[in-house]
Amino acid sequence: PVTCRHDDLKEMLDSNKDSLKLEAMKRIVAMIARGKNASDLFPAVVKNVACKNIEVKKLVYVYLVRYAEEQQDLALLSISTFQRGLKDPNQLIRASALRVLSSIRVPIIVPIMMLAIKEAASDMSPYVRKTAAHAIPKLYSLDSDQKDQLIEVIEKLLADKTTLVAGSVVMAFEEVCPERIDLIHKNYRKLCNLLIDVEEWGQVVIINMLTRYARTQFLSPNQNESLLEENPEKAFYGSDEEDSKDDKPDAASLVKRKPYVMDPDHRLLLRNTKPLLQSRNAAVVMAVAQLYFHLAPKAEVGVIAKALVRLLRSHRSQGNWAAAKAALSVQGMFEPYLKSFYIRSTDPTQIKILKLEVLTNLANETNISTILREFQTYIRSMDKDFVAATIQAIGRCATNIGKVRDTCLNGLVQLLSNRDELVVAESVVVIKKLLQMQPSQHSEIIKHMAKLTDNIQVPMARASILWLIGEYCEHVPKIAPDVLRKMSKSFTGEEDIVKLQVINLAAKLYLTNSKQSKLLTQYVLNLAKYDQNYDIRDRARFIRQLIVPTEKSGALNKYAKKLFLAQKPAPILESSFKDRDHFQLGSLSHLLNAKAVGYQELPDWPDEAPDPSVRNVEVPYGAWQGLPTLRFSLSLSFPDPESVSESESESSSSSSESGSDSGSRGEESGDQSEEEEEEKKKKKKGKEGPRKVCPESAGRYHRHWRGEGAGSATSWELRNTSRDMGGLQPISPCLDSFTSPALERRDQLITSQPQHVPTAFLPPSAQMLSPVFSTMKTYELLHRMAGEGLSVEYYFNRQPFPPDPHMVAVQIQFSNNTESEVKNLRVSEPKLVSGMRIQEFQEIALMPGSMVGIDTCPQLPGVNWAGSFSLWHVSSSTHSRQFYVSIQPPVGELMAPVFMSENEFKKEQSKLTGMSEITEKLTLLDKCQSDHTIVQRVTAAANVSRVPCGADNEYRFAAKTVTSGSLILITLEQKEAARAHLTVNSEKMVIGTMLVQDISQALAQ
Amino acid sequence: MIHSLFLINCSGDIFLEKHWKSVVSQSVCDYFFEAQEKAADVENVPPVISTPHHYLISIYREKIFFVSVIQTEVPPLFVIEFLHRVADTFQDYFGECSETAIKDNVVIVYELLEEMLDNGFPLATESNILKELIKPPTILRSVVNSITGSSNMGETLPTGQLSNIPWRKAVVKYTNNEAYFDVIEEIDAIIDKSGSTVFAEIQGVIDSCIKLSGMPDLSLSFMNPRLLDDVSFHPCIRFKRWESERVLSFIPPDGNFRLISYRVSSQNLVAIPVYVKHIISFKENSSSGRFDVTIGPKQNMGKTVEGVIVTVHMPKAVLNMNLTSTQGSYTFDPVLKVLTWDIGKISPQKLPNLKGIVNLQSGAPKPEENPSLNIQFKIQQLAISGLKVNRLDMFGEKYKPFKGVKYITKAGKFQVRT
Repeated sequence: PVTCRHDDLKEMLDSNKDSLKLEAMKRIVAMIARGKNASDLFPAVVKNVACKNIEVKKLVYVYLVRYAEEQQDLALLSISTFQRGLKDPNQLIRASALRVLSSIRVPIIVPIMMLAIKEAASDMSPYVRKTAAHAIPKLYSLDSDQKDQLIEVIEKLLADKTTLVAGSVVMAFEEVCPERIDLIHKNYRKLCNLLIDVEEWGQVVIINMLTRYARTQFLSPNQNESLLEENPEKAFYGSDEEDSKDDKPDAASLVKRKPYVMDPDHRLLLRNTKPLLQSRNAAVVMAVAQLYFHLAPKAEVGVIAKALVRLLRSHRSQGNWAAAKAALSVQGMFEPYLKSFYIRSTDPTQIKILKLEVLTNLANETNISTILREFQTYIRSMDKDFVAATIQAIGRCATNIGKVRDTCLNGLVQLLSNRDELVVAESVVVIKKLLQMQPSQHSEIIKHMAKLTDNIQVPMARASILWLIGEYCEHVPKIAPDVLRKMSKSFTGEEDIVKLQVINLAAKLYLTNSKQSKLLTQYVLNLAKYDQNYDIRDRARFIRQLIVPTEKSGALNKYAKKLFLAQKPAPILESSFKDRDHFQLGSLSHLLNAKAVGYQELPDWPDEAPDPSVRNVEVPYGAWQGLPTLRFSLSLSFPDPESVSESESESSSSSSESGSDSGSRGEESGDQSEEEEEEKKKKKKGKEGPRKVCPESAGRYHRHWRGEGAGSATSWELRNTSRDMGGLQPISPCLDSFTSPALERRDQLITSQPQHVPTAFLPPSAQMLSPVFSTMKTYELLHRMAGEGLSVEYYFNRQPFPPDPHMVAVQIQFSNNTESEVKNLRVSEPKLVSGMRIQEFQEIALMPGSMVGIDTCPQLPGVNWAGSFSLWHVSSSTHSRQFYVSIQPPVGELMAPVFMSENEFKKEQSKLTGMSEITEKLTLLDKCQSDHTIVQRVTAAANVSRVPCGADNEYRFAAKTVTSGSLILITLEQKEAARAHLTVNSEKMVIGTMLVQDISQALAQ
Repeated sequence: MIHSLFLINCSGDIFLEKHWKSVVSQSVCDYFFEAQEKAADVENVPPVISTPHHYLISIYREKIFFVSVIQTEVPPLFVIEFLHRVADTFQDYFGECSETAIKDNVVIVYELLEEMLDNGFPLATESNILKELIKPPTILRSVVNSITGSSNMGETLPTGQLSNIPWRKAVVKYTNNEAYFDVIEEIDAIIDKSGSTVFAEIQGVIDSCIKLSGMPDLSLSFMNPRLLDDVSFHPCIRFKRWESERVLSFIPPDGNFRLISYRVSSQNLVAIPVYVKHIISFKENSSSGRFDVTIGPKQNMGKTVEGVIVTVHMPKAVLNMNLTSTQGSYTFDPVLKVLTWDIGKISPQKLPNLKGIVNLQSGAPKPEENPSLNIQFKIQQLAISGLKVNRLDMFGEKYKPFKGVKYITKAGKFQVRT
């Protein structure tokens, strides 16, 4: 009959009616769903792969994916259909063709799949690209030799800027090449910024991956703490010793102990994941929780407690509990939520036990009495497994908190009279453990327990008590023989386990107190000799041989006492959550406490941070989706010629301070290690491909230029001449920091050669400072107190910067407030972020009391930047200092004024409505009512020009962003009673929003 | 990630299997059955089971075990959450997530599973997108389809898939535009023997039913948003707005969805709407005991407490119970030892009381434990936390929608220890 029905189906599939085909396919799929074999229909089904009816087609796909592996040859018949589908104008069809093609596990089509994936990875539709990302691990599992090619695709897709692709490609990354952490560098900030908009499942994968990434790239946020904890004294005493020896190590150790500053990228990750704690998706919440657990400073980890408690309460708590259980072991975090862990009689046993575990972990001196009161309720529960667990929990509380040990013991002793065997047995076991810790203090309890033998009938408990008395018979020398006497009386009526313990007790007493117990022991042994149970008979015979000295008894006799009364280690009562710390929280491995296949180790924090500049990206303007914070840092300086050797070590330590260097180095070992490094680097490059910029190699550049600089003065001179010749034109002023770090640094090195640099030697863009315009707002970069006499201010002079109109000029003004000359002043570490460029300037020297101004022109890639750079100031040949500073330009400075007529303005404005228009209502202050003040304030806040306007209650301003030339139109409309509407039209929404804020602030002042 | 899925009913039949990678034999479920047997109670089946070659992660919903097979490391919650999402989708499509519903719609189930996971990684789980790809079954449509031969499948990519608001489709039209919000609060509490509150907190949700045309942008504000201690959001809610202004601002999904879940926890804030007087005692060696329970309203803010049901898990030694109730009816299940007393409305004038004799197994020792009372109740038109919706504003569309808010308070895990 089965074959009959299949014939029937075949017939339907062969018919030319779609409805019949559909019906047949539905029945086949129902068979598959039930796990029945439908493979013999393969030829009939595969014919329909090109069917017009989309539902038939889909069902054929389902069938194909299920059976293609078994019928590879026939499956090949369908391939051409999918290849055609890949070219379809409909993105859904393209995507589903790729999905099925990649799901057919037929090795022979690997090249076709590879090609399809590559093509789809550059498809216009993000949905198709997402499908391509999904296909990557499929192909990889089919043929792992394709790894290198697949990594290329992954690299490409990682750069994708749509949220749709992000989650899927990171998933592919995790499955194919989780070790290629270097691929993440350039996408790190983008992923952080996109995270909130990625779909939930992608969020989980990305967060888990970023946790691992952060562990390799940033420093432990808790290192200060651990340093303090570890050796506060050492540091204190250490300084004395070092004084006597040398200054250098002292300086080095100072550097080591410098206060920890969190990498802004590290902060970015923490900040951007935090809102996701409020996700409805438990997996996302857990992912963020583990991220905070592994990455956040201790003080901040607490934020996850609330969210975790929420997970546990959910109606689906069963699994959540299991998964979250590890997080619950975090000390102290859940203290405010203690009561959320109180147990209801209706909770499933598993959850009860987990809650109990948490309560026990949370127990401390202050809350122990409340917790014990709760435990008292639990002990009367009907669920005996749970009661047993409670008794153990009490035992643990008693061991951890000395204060309540006696209370707990008494409570447990009372439980010995419980009717339930399990309860009694468990109490006895726990009491036994507690007593083993300090038996001498508890002879009272042992005595009490001895008395219990009269009442307690539970064999297990009787046995345990007998063991205790035997073990500590020396603490109860009077009672023990008496117990033995009683027990020998009732021996024949006892259960087997009790009998065994009676024999044990007898043996131990015989060894310690043979005078009183010799006869009793022999009596017991005689009784046991004729017992029905052969275990007992055996034991009796064995013990008799061992303890009663006879001629025949062997050497063991001498050691009998040692054998029986050996010091037995007290059992340790500890949480079952222990020893899982090494697994990533919330992972399957963590839950099982065993490494699951494919688990990626969570690395330890590095001792020194790898170069943070690897995450810098050149971003085309306007590509930003979020509001990024950009930083830049400028580099570096050079010591005086006389002090090269001395300050070399210092500068190396300071450069490691700035985070660019992964290892410490000394001048002495320079050449050799350099060669080694060189080789290593070559090998690395060979292995990992030329494009990789790994932390080591970034560090290598550093070394590289240093070595070269010291050795080849010629190259410097050459450069120097060329600079002289092209004096009017700044020489390669705007170096792209990312693509050519080596070149740039060399350039710096050259300019930084220790020479007295007269002011005239400065590039033309640097000029002696003219008096600052009164309207120009200056910003402080370095206060003279902080700068040890050197103060630095900057302002935006709003002059066009001739070498590159896309740059914004920033004038930096240095003042020397010290008595002596400040030499070799320079900006160091030009690790510019995201397409930012900076005009190099040369080393300068400042006479006491003098001032100098320099134009330096970071190019602004987008919306917002905040810069930081370090200044190196060498005031004498032996002392050099480095200062970290940052520039945060107001958004109003990132634009240049444009002149336009009223009509033009209106025309442009009408184009920039909707999303591009930002309006805010504000109230103008009295002093801010006049034309003059308004115009002045607006122009002070932003670099804009006024546009003529017919209406007298309206002010218009226009500007263009410096980098992309997008128009920014500002309208301020005065209403009655000091109210006003401020409107900004710009396609750069972020700039618009910030500008509105800035201007309304300026007007409100 | 997720390799295969098996759906197993309570009697241990595997009634559906789906594989996203190579086929995994049904026999892998034997490990699950083993664990299930060991656990005795369905609730105690461990959610993660480790077998020699696979890991089984399961959930139990509506008398169905969803057992997924995993081969490599994956956060267990990821799988658990996904399985729940699958169950939710079935619920959404078929009105119930039962074995019969799944069997009746096996093709749609299969198509859904195909769309929801690709190679074991979630692809489309948003109900809005799924419904555009695979239309939910209706009687009318299946009749029409059988005549015309048209299909249930969408032929173009759902618009939500590409937009940054995947939870809403582009073209939505209603003749009556409505937005309803149900504020539902549950009281979780443990009351001790003497009637004092050991622990109490309020778990609330706002479930919404929104049928609005176009792309409405809603903002919902509360009179007292500070009450909310901890909130979790539907992805549509703009987190920044909430952080800065405590206003829920969102473009809603179409249809029914849960807008937020929240918690109000601060013991003194939680008003306990009922009190219970109880005497449950067993005499030593008499094989009988006394049972006397009275329940009454407390601080009910002028609202009636209704739908009251008391459930008691009696000790194992209890054979039978002879009780009389002044209101409602009671049943005692002698196998499970569960007493259920369905009271209905409580009127403060005449407090419902249930009392009588408990018969114990003769010769059995006196039960040491006293059973706890689990109480269910409902109060209409009241959010016990005092949370109040202030107003709902709509932007982006011109029409005037009909708006409504309903409040309801229920007992959550409400237990009285005796």
